[in-house]
Amino acid sequence: MNYQWQWSVLIREPYLGWLLDGIKWTFAISVMAYAIALVLGTAIGAARTLRNSRLRQAAAVYVSLLRSVPLLVQLFLWYFVVPEVLPEPASHWLKRELANPEYWTTAVGLGLFMSARIAEQIRAAINASGAGPGNAARAQGMSTAQIYRHVLLPIGFRHALPTLTSELLNTVKNSSLALTIGMLELTGQSRQVEAYTFKGIETFTASTAIYILMSLAVIFASRHLERALEIPGMLSSRQKD
Amino acid sequence: MDFDIDVIARNFSLLAEGMLTTLRLTSLALLFGLAWGTLLTLGRLAPGRFLPALAALYVNGIRAVPLIMVIFWIYFLLPVLSGAQIGAFYSALVAFVLFEGAYFSEIIRAGIKSISQGQLRAALSTGMTYLQGMRYVILPQAFRKMAPVLLTQSIALFQDTSLVYVVGLMDFMTASAMVASRDGRLVELYSFAALVYLVISLAATFVVRRMEQKFKA
Repeated sequence: MNYQWQWSVLIREPYLGWLLDGIKWTFAISVMAYAIALVLGTAIGAARTLRNSRLRQAAAVYVSLLRSVPLLVQLFLWYFVVPEVLPEPASHWLKRELANPEYWTTAVGLGLFMSARIAEQIRAAINASGAGPGNAARAQGMSTAQIYRHVLLPIGFRHALPTLTSELLNTVKNSSLALTIGMLELTGQSRQVEAYTFKGIETFTASTAIYILMSLAVIFASRHLERALEIPGMLSSRQKD
Repeated sequence: MDFDIDVIARNFSLLAEGMLTTLRLTSLALLFGLAWGTLLTLGRLAPGRFLPALAALYVNGIRAVPLIMVIFWIYFLLPVLSGAQIGAFYSALVAFVLFEGAYFSEIIRAGIKSISQGQLRAALSTGMTYLQGMRYVILPQAFRKMAPVLLTQSIALFQDTSLVYVVGLMDFMTASAMVASRDGRLVELYSFAALVYLVISLAATFVVRRMEQKFKA
């Protein structure tokens, strides 16, 4: 192998700054996208467990549409197609006035994509507690909104916590697709450093390690959260198998 | 604005060729990914400490990294490390096999673990070897349990192949993007691409659901 190793490229300017900037954008996209996904996903997932069959079906259609088109295609739709087909004031705003459109397109596009996945997890988590708690709450005279707010969602979230963690990790990983519409997040910046320095192995090793560290940090934090939020005697999370 | 359907008809052969590449990549990645995933599972369930730890390190490591990153590693860095040029298609294939194998192995492992350990012991006590017990007792049951999940993961793989766009391999996605920018017809081409992926994925999901019901019965 004839390769000139040069790890110092990683701590030299401007390349170090580029990579740090990439980390910042990966973080910014992931946080915004996950927030959108969590709010929308919870609403849609809860809608899939409602008694109202029309709302239930609408939520099911939303989920299956968003899960059947690749994320890359969805991002291109939001970035290239939607601004063209929208009526005039909205189209003008998207094309001319919105600051940093690449960021917002990725954050919203990725957020919607992930919301369909989170909806499935929330639905499964709500169904996991069976009909008992919901019926009991209804017998108490709670309204549907109260049942979800005080009974089904608090229990459901705890059930869903491990899967919500892995969806957060998926969000971070999927944020790398932002590079296809010109957003230089961590993967995009690594690619750029490689293009300028030809020191791809060092650069990609560094960014791979950063992704792994981010995953470990998320997993570690969520273990603590799971323990803190555990309902005594209800979850099997600490049972030994 | 004017919606030009004709641009799709004019470039039909290019798009169809792209779709063939997509399907070829999907099926080969599925085949070798399953084989690699099975090997990884055997490693994780193997006796001793070294093999399970190594396999777990690989699976968890790959699952922490974005797919695009793996594609870049193989496409840009494998030639540097090994000195071999294997071309865009095969480097994409290697990336998908390495990546999906880790996910498949988790599914296979969960499937095997869902079968009670008592069955393996019963098989061993009737005089079967470990491999015979796996082959005739555990795996046939485990496979029934994991088949729907494996198929769902295969649909995800089909969608994920669109990421070869980042290294310019002419799959359906790259072909659509190329026609889109060359003819200045982004709206038509990307809508069409979305529709094609949607129809294929929905049809496959429908088939998986039907199979699931059959398996249950």
